[in-house]
Amino acid sequence: MIHSLFLINYTGDIFLEKHWKSVINRSVCDYFFEAKEKALEPENVPPILQTPHHYLINIYRGKLFFLAVIQTEVPPLFVIEFLHKVADTLQDYFGDCSEGVIKDNLVTVYEILEEMLDNGFPLATESNVLQEMIRPPTILRSVVNTLTGGSNVGDTLPTGQLSNIPWRRAGVKYTNNEAYFDVIEEIDAILDKSGSTVFAEIQGVIEACVRLTGMPDLTLSFMNPRLLDDVSFHPCVRFKRWESERVLSFIPPDGNFTLMTYHVSSQNLVAIPVYVKQNISFMETGSCGRLDITIGPKQTMGKTVEGLLVTIHMPKAVLSANLTATQGNYTYDLATKVLVWDVGKLNPQKLPNLRGSLSVQSGAPKPEENPSLNIDMKIQQLAISGLKVNRLDMYGEKYKPFKGVKYLTRAGKFQCVLMFTKSVLGSLVPGGLTHPTEGEPCIRADLDGGRLSFPHRLLHGLH
Amino acid sequence: MLDSNKDSLKLEAMKRIVAMIARGKNASDLFPAVVKNVACKNIEVKKLVYVYLVRYAEEQQDLALLSISTFQRGLKDPNQLIRASALRVLSSIRVTIIVPIMMLAIKEAASDMSPYVRKTAAHAIPKLYSLDPDQKDQLIEVIEKLLADKTTLVAGSVVMAFEEVCPERIDLIHKNYRKLCNLLIDVEEWGQVVIINMLTRYARTQFLNPNINVSSDKEKKAEAAALAKRKPYVMDPDHRLLLRNTKPLLQSRNAAVVMAVAQLYFHLAPKAEVGVIAKALVRLLRSHSEVQYVVLQNVATMTIKRRGMFEPYLKTFATQLLYSFYFFCSWRFSPILYKLFNPFEKLNINNKKMRGCFSCPRQTYIKSVDKDFVAATIQAIGRCATNIGEVRDTCLNGLVQLLSNRDELVVAESVVVIKKLLQMQPEKHSDIIKHMAKLTDNIQVPMARASILWLIGEYCEHVPKIAPDVLRKMAKSFTNEEDIVKLQILNLAAKLYLTNSKQTKLLTQYVLNLAKYDQNYDIRDRARFIRQLIVPTEKSGALSKYAKKLFLALKPAPVLESPFKDRDHFQLGSLSHLLNAKAGGYQELPDWPEAAPDPSVRNVEVFSLLERVTTLTSVPEWTKCSSREKRKEKKVEKPFYSDSEGESGPTESADSGKFRRTPTRSRFRLGGGGGGGGQKEGVEERIQEAGARKRKVRLHFCFCVLIPEIRCYALNICPSEQSSESDERKRARKSKQQKSESESETDGDEESDSESSQSESDDSESEVDVKNKKAVQSKAPSKPVIKETKKEKKEMSLLDLDDFEPAPSPQVTPVNSFLSSSLVTDLEGLSLSDSVLSPAAISPSGTQKCYELLHRISGEGLSVEYCFSRQPFGPDANMVAVQMHFANSAATDAKNLHMEDVKLQSGMRVTDFPEIELLPAGETTTAVMGIDFCDSTQAANFQLCTHSRKFFVSIQPPVGELMKPVFMTENEFKKEQGE
Repeated sequence: MIHSLFLINYTGDIFLEKHWKSVINRSVCDYFFEAKEKALEPENVPPILQTPHHYLINIYRGKLFFLAVIQTEVPPLFVIEFLHKVADTLQDYFGDCSEGVIKDNLVTVYEILEEMLDNGFPLATESNVLQEMIRPPTILRSVVNTLTGGSNVGDTLPTGQLSNIPWRRAGVKYTNNEAYFDVIEEIDAILDKSGSTVFAEIQGVIEACVRLTGMPDLTLSFMNPRLLDDVSFHPCVRFKRWESERVLSFIPPDGNFTLMTYHVSSQNLVAIPVYVKQNISFMETGSCGRLDITIGPKQTMGKTVEGLLVTIHMPKAVLSANLTATQGNYTYDLATKVLVWDVGKLNPQKLPNLRGSLSVQSGAPKPEENPSLNIDMKIQQLAISGLKVNRLDMYGEKYKPFKGVKYLTRAGKFQCVLMFTKSVLGSLVPGGLTHPTEGEPCIRADLDGGRLSFPHRLLHGLH
Repeated sequence: MLDSNKDSLKLEAMKRIVAMIARGKNASDLFPAVVKNVACKNIEVKKLVYVYLVRYAEEQQDLALLSISTFQRGLKDPNQLIRASALRVLSSIRVTIIVPIMMLAIKEAASDMSPYVRKTAAHAIPKLYSLDPDQKDQLIEVIEKLLADKTTLVAGSVVMAFEEVCPERIDLIHKNYRKLCNLLIDVEEWGQVVIINMLTRYARTQFLNPNINVSSDKEKKAEAAALAKRKPYVMDPDHRLLLRNTKPLLQSRNAAVVMAVAQLYFHLAPKAEVGVIAKALVRLLRSHSEVQYVVLQNVATMTIKRRGMFEPYLKTFATQLLYSFYFFCSWRFSPILYKLFNPFEKLNINNKKMRGCFSCPRQTYIKSVDKDFVAATIQAIGRCATNIGEVRDTCLNGLVQLLSNRDELVVAESVVVIKKLLQMQPEKHSDIIKHMAKLTDNIQVPMARASILWLIGEYCEHVPKIAPDVLRKMAKSFTNEEDIVKLQILNLAAKLYLTNSKQTKLLTQYVLNLAKYDQNYDIRDRARFIRQLIVPTEKSGALSKYAKKLFLALKPAPVLESPFKDRDHFQLGSLSHLLNAKAGGYQELPDWPEAAPDPSVRNVEVFSLLERVTTLTSVPEWTKCSSREKRKEKKVEKPFYSDSEGESGPTESADSGKFRRTPTRSRFRLGGGGGGGGQKEGVEERIQEAGARKRKVRLHFCFCVLIPEIRCYALNICPSEQSSESDERKRARKSKQQKSESESETDGDEESDSESSQSESDDSESEVDVKNKKAVQSKAPSKPVIKETKKEKKEMSLLDLDDFEPAPSPQVTPVNSFLSSSLVTDLEGLSLSDSVLSPAAISPSGTQKCYELLHRISGEGLSVEYCFSRQPFGPDANMVAVQMHFANSAATDAKNLHMEDVKLQSGMRVTDFPEIELLPAGETTTAVMGIDFCDSTQAANFQLCTHSRKFFVSIQPPVGELMKPVFMTENEFKKEQGE
């Protein structure tokens, strides 16, 4: 299975190596460096490389490469998932998974890695169990340790590993027993120029923070579970109860965890909270263009839209923008050609508007494709799909916990397409889309060439 | 600090040391100091010492032994966790001496009360196995025991051990199958992945194909229909159990688990049920980009292999897939996306509405800057055009438009695709060919140039005026062209010469002359070959008659296939599938059995061992692997037969002949396919004549070199029946021309039937026959051969027959025996003793170079030379025979000459020479060893040992020596000639 792990930073220094079987010389990474060189961008390094004697599987997280060395057949996803698990665990431990943090806690990281794999096969990957064995560093503890000579390594041996519920440690005690659930939904949508929806879907996640004493057995039920189309659960959730009764029954891990992710079936109409009226045009001759954008509320279920942010990736030929905003302020970055308009709270009485002229490099041909808008927003206390938690019951313990549910809707990949070029093309060039989990741009804008265009009629044909 | 009494100081020291290890710095000097602390009371220090120990024990084996007793004590500790961690560290110390201790510890731990300790024992099994594979049998016993364990904690780990140690022992699973299925959902994620993958393989051997009635393949349909009439398909309840129990796991948060279930459904489920995985796969596209990469590759294979699978889900699935892709995946995956959507579009092409806008969106893709993507798109256009007749013209027009594109890459790729398309209907499109001829002035991409030239040559009768002109231009720039273009220029010249010799005779000769002095030997060879073929001389009169047929034969149109097509034979989700190459330790997914094996084996009652064995052997078509194993076994048997051949009767010799032929024949069958791992032997017959210059030539490569057009095919498509036939014919002719012997498959087959009646003496006779004939036919004078034969007779008495491997005689034909019986015995010796023959005796070239292996001085009186006898190496056809001359010039006798410690590159194999017990002072002797160099020129390193000394030596083959001679009888030779 997994033979060795190398942690490599952005510049290509190996700053940690761990071998679970016999030692593999770090020169094996040369193949990786070669590929990295070739790929130019770190995101573009192929995740799986073949070398004469080994296979290298890498992931890129937080400006770091986690490179696993494999010698025999193993499902690649197995390794990739494990590497992400390592990154997640480090994040859990140190609050951040960066080179500096890892270097500061080199020994702890090494110990964690030692526990996570045995002979290349995952042993203890649940952060709850790991934290019992190797305690995460806190300032208080490090002070105490230096004074008393105590240790970071748990002297009680982990009990979680012994039970059938490896995700929960035993003997949890809190004075305030509380369980919070955050229902967070993201809307992914493409709107065309007329404002009608080309595509929209809702992706949701329930994040939980459970601090309960003992071994509580929780049951969470929804008002309208039928909305949920595709779900995936934390291993603690009992599949069978879900299949038969559509309730989530589980013994929760201690602390923060993702209880479930879900997808709302696309058959349901997705409420689009805002509409955008926009017009960007470039003159056939001359060196200027016009821009006019207005945003208004659409189906907000009576809630206010906050944190409204509009991002436009301009064609390369656009030199500067001379605009006036009725609300918020805008910036235009000359280097990246990104126009950002920070609107803030959407006021239904006075619709925010941005208009003005764009100056285009003289002599440059008229940009072929018009840019698209990316919209970012937040709506507190609303799950746009209408999903509602009905009740949370606790069995197995006698105390009465404090329960809370919070809803939040935000824009995922929310785009307005400004204009269609002739025939079937939409110039759907996304820019600066953020990765759902990392918050790092994983798609780079390249407006110039228009990296990919989707044949819309083709898509409609499929519908 | 480590010697200090204070724990805190020790801890600090250990932390520094571990940090050094983590940074990859060498800390092995501190081993003695660290090992002392293994019994330290402080748990954190102890842990760090363990970490250190595991890392360096391998390097400092003796010192590591000091710590073993601590762990042995730990194994008896009342606390289960201490027992487990002691076992874990003990098994992680890679020191061979403690193997028995480890074995004992594992056995004890396997029956421990605590499941956690048992889990650790399961983890320890593969560790021990990798340390000492000889323990396999004992370990399998432990695995069998642990497989019966009923706790979820153990299940994942033990299946992992099973997969690493004995994946072929599928019989161990029977009794535990149902239990594993039921436990699956509660096993931890990583264990689930391993178990699901293993169960997929298991189910493939144990259950019937659920899709047998709906199989898309027509042939299969007929077959299945017949089968279905007899016995309607009913799914085994155990099969259903597996599907039912894995389904909820599609909801797992772990992508690896989801993928494992998806591949299980894809490989095992009835068609109607496969669709459930679609949703889960789409979900994975929202995950990390590395996950997306793997998932997309797999989905691409799924959609291509079973287009129908997603059909009911097409509307939702395809759009969701597309959008998910659009939103979440990085652009570097766009080529995959494209390939992915190809099958969907093929489906939709039946929809009339779609047809109109079909090829126009394609052209818009081409604006993209991603080079791979462009190439993939244009190739996909080509594939669509071939597969869907109605859009062919549209596509072709689109492609021709692309020819005027500014981007060279686009043009080049288009040319290549157009070439393929035009092959289907050349007569209609002479104007396109003309257009392309004009392009030769501008396009610089070699592949495109070569394609254009090939097209012009192929269809020169359609463009009679332009073709010679193109040749003229090309002749002018010949020296500056890439090799691939040069070869096509030669082809073009040859074809024009044949069709239009008046205009192009001089040009052709000019080109051929240029090629004659080219730096590339392929080009020189080709020029020589073409000259012989097309320019009539008195020598090759017969052949040039056929030249026209050879060159201007009708080539079958190619079949353009998706690059994802050939991946489907790998288990989905595996590393091998992703790389499209077999990774080490990959277990092939077996085909469905034709009849279901007895399902009762999975009943949990205790079965007698005997019963299990019988059910196992009765399984038809067990697996591909096992049949391969059988073949291996046969190979192993060979030496046995060969050894006894000296005094055995005719039956055995016939047997050995048969065995020997097996690999030979399969080699021919291999044809143009990708030279798989095992079949690496070169085609040596041709090399013999060509001299030592030519090196490793694989069979199909050889074919391709001979016939340029077919080479083009081989590059693009698998050669069709027709071309491979003409291949063989041409090969025969070629061999005649070069006066070298080759064998053909058909002959081999005939012979195998008749040979059982042959006596051994016939074998040797016929061989001598061949040799004589060869001598007569070859330009080389026959004298040396006869001389050598005589010399051989003299040496006979010196030889110990038992020591030598007999020469393989793949071709055995009854020849009227005209030799006296006494001579027969002598000649028998001759054939048996080919290994000691001075190689010059048979080698047509007549010169044989000896290389020094061990010099007299460095070898302390023992000198060893070796040479490549160019003789077949008896026990293994893949090996090259290396003849070693030992000379002992020392004053003392050398005893027990043998070899040890062979170090080889992967794939290479060596058969040792038989040990020479005594080499008296002043004497010389010879021995033969076989080395399979795997067609490489890597050196084989080993130690040459005498009773007192060891010498490190290495044998490196010069490139010309990797060959295998083949013998042929007169009849066969004539037959080949007559064709």
